[in-house]
Amino acid sequence: MSILLDEKTPVIIQGFTGDKGTFHAKEMIAYGTNVVGGVTPGKGGATHLGRPVFNTTKEAVAATGATASLILVPAPFCADAIMEAADAGIQLVVTITDGVPAQDMMTVKRYLWRYSKERRTRLIGPNCAGVISAGKAMMGIMPGHIYERGGVGVVTRSGTLGYEAASQMKALGVGITTSVGIGGDPINGSSFVDMLALFEQDPETDVVMMIGEIGGPQEADAAMFVREHMTKPVVGYVAGLTAPKGRRMGHAGAIISAFGDTAAEKAEIMRSAGLIVAPSPAELGATASQALAHRPARRVMVQR
Amino acid sequence: MDIHEYQAKELLAGFGVRVPKGGVAYSADQAVYRAAEIGGNRWVVKAQIHSGARGKAGGIKICSSDVDVRQAAKDLLGKTLVTFQTGPEGLPVHRLLIEEALPIERELYIGLVLDRRRERIVVVAHPHGGMEIEEIAQREPAAILREVVEPAVGMQAFQARELAFGLGLAPAQVNQVVTIILGAYRAFRELDATMVEINPLVVTRDGQVLALDVKMSFDDNAMFRRPNVAELRDYAQEDPREGEAAEHGLNYVALDGDIGCIINGAGLAMATMDMIKHAGGEPANFLDIGGGASPERVARAFRLVLSDRNVKAILVNVFAGINRCDWVAQGVVQAVRDVQVPVPIVVRLAGTNVQEGRRILKESGLPIVSADTLSEAAERVVAARAAGRAP
Repeated sequence: MSILLDEKTPVIIQGFTGDKGTFHAKEMIAYGTNVVGGVTPGKGGATHLGRPVFNTTKEAVAATGATASLILVPAPFCADAIMEAADAGIQLVVTITDGVPAQDMMTVKRYLWRYSKERRTRLIGPNCAGVISAGKAMMGIMPGHIYERGGVGVVTRSGTLGYEAASQMKALGVGITTSVGIGGDPINGSSFVDMLALFEQDPETDVVMMIGEIGGPQEADAAMFVREHMTKPVVGYVAGLTAPKGRRMGHAGAIISAFGDTAAEKAEIMRSAGLIVAPSPAELGATASQALAHRPARRVMVQR
Repeated sequence: MDIHEYQAKELLAGFGVRVPKGGVAYSADQAVYRAAEIGGNRWVVKAQIHSGARGKAGGIKICSSDVDVRQAAKDLLGKTLVTFQTGPEGLPVHRLLIEEALPIERELYIGLVLDRRRERIVVVAHPHGGMEIEEIAQREPAAILREVVEPAVGMQAFQARELAFGLGLAPAQVNQVVTIILGAYRAFRELDATMVEINPLVVTRDGQVLALDVKMSFDDNAMFRRPNVAELRDYAQEDPREGEAAEHGLNYVALDGDIGCIINGAGLAMATMDMIKHAGGEPANFLDIGGGASPERVARAFRLVLSDRNVKAILVNVFAGINRCDWVAQGVVQAVRDVQVPVPIVVRLAGTNVQEGRRILKESGLPIVSADTLSEAAERVVAARAAGRAP
């Protein structure tokens, strides 16, 4: 198993025929993702990369049965594309686009809440690298070959730091079930907590790694969730020890503006909630490897 | 993006928020003219910089004659003001706001922020203005009033009324405050603000309510649809290197250390800086060069990092996902040849085609130290910095 996505998940791409859409669709197909079509308003009826193009997401869903959509449209059109996907009944929307206005995200989140829990769209991103279930399928822009299949679930704000973690693990022979980039914006679709809850339920995931950043309450919320609800070991790391207060470090959400926003404070909250905090970003892989080796013999007990 | 107080007041006035009579001045002559235009016999001359706590730094002067106004303007213009928010280098004063001085009865606090946990706009009010909100939050958290706005319908009048009555205002002032709060909320929404702070909001002795000081910040991501706000940007209030970097799609933040950093991805950049610190060094900057590490982009990054005279060594750390390491390596080699880098360089490449990338660096004949892992990269750049100049 894995979370969110596997090789059977029927995926469409909104912004399919653009340069980015074309490039990443090819990579996704080559990796094994079940890409069933795409949406580009005005180009409905065409065929692109051997797959049908639709004018609207509703048409695409009706014709292909897609349940997941990757959004690669420019930032000014992004909120609209997410709401269109939600209205069409897409269950999983992954948004790579960066630069989406914060108030657009406020509106989007409010819009998603209008559906009942069973029908509600799960949004990942924006401003993220996407989702990859190692060896099965990917919805995103990551280099697939650095992800080895295995037992660690990864959730990270940063794309490249997620790559760093994956390659450190691969070098140590440690694999990944699914790696999720939740994005570096102040308001994002899914939080660390949302992903931790899914990993806790996934039978193939033995250890979870969460890689946070300075700014915002999500890392501390996640630490509380781990303490209250997680049975699996969780490895943590928070980037930005050297970040000064009030300066935005690249990501729109990476700014120290309130108490509890600094990397040191977040790491301390994680530690006191029982997470295994990696001593440095160079030891993400080693810390995951140790956590795997020392995890409780949960599986053995189930077999008896 | 931040703007000046006088600009924020002009914007808010357009949404029905009452502000003192006043105008901007770029010279002492203009300051005196503004004072005459406003009339009366007491004025406030306020230095316009992108920082709070200007009063304590001597940036706000009360004047009771045109001679005073001229002298205050002369004293302030061209000066660099250092407040606890600006850092030791301070910010230059090129503009002044000249305002009528008001007889103040009471000072209140009103703030609107985008609350990340609630994912909604929250309006915060406090019966004592003048203080910083962080200070209020620590000292008197119970006295803070909050209204969370439902984004689908926007702020309602009853919410503003609850805040106004909660502040203990007389009925005559409640309506004025409701108008101000609802106006500030509309400005927040319609201009894509991330923060609006009216601190203090004052009640004058004759019962008028006005925004005495205003701060506004805006969402950089939304400026494409707010050209009238975007044009208010004052580059003199920003680090020139950061402005130049932004123009070329690079993300640069100057720091105090001496190890220059060129990295792709914000998270990896922060993590690499953490590693440098871990290895005993201090990063000179944050720099995210983004996805496409073309030779031109890498060359620009080198120039930018070297424009900081403190830099004694440079670490390049690129995790090539969509890029390939051989392209990045070619970019680095070309940039180092073009830019003539006078300090030691450590390059760490990872990801697609990494062996090829390392071979290109090695065969270039340039004095580039290669590193395989993040920790090796940090240790080598700290060692190179200690050893001094490149061989």
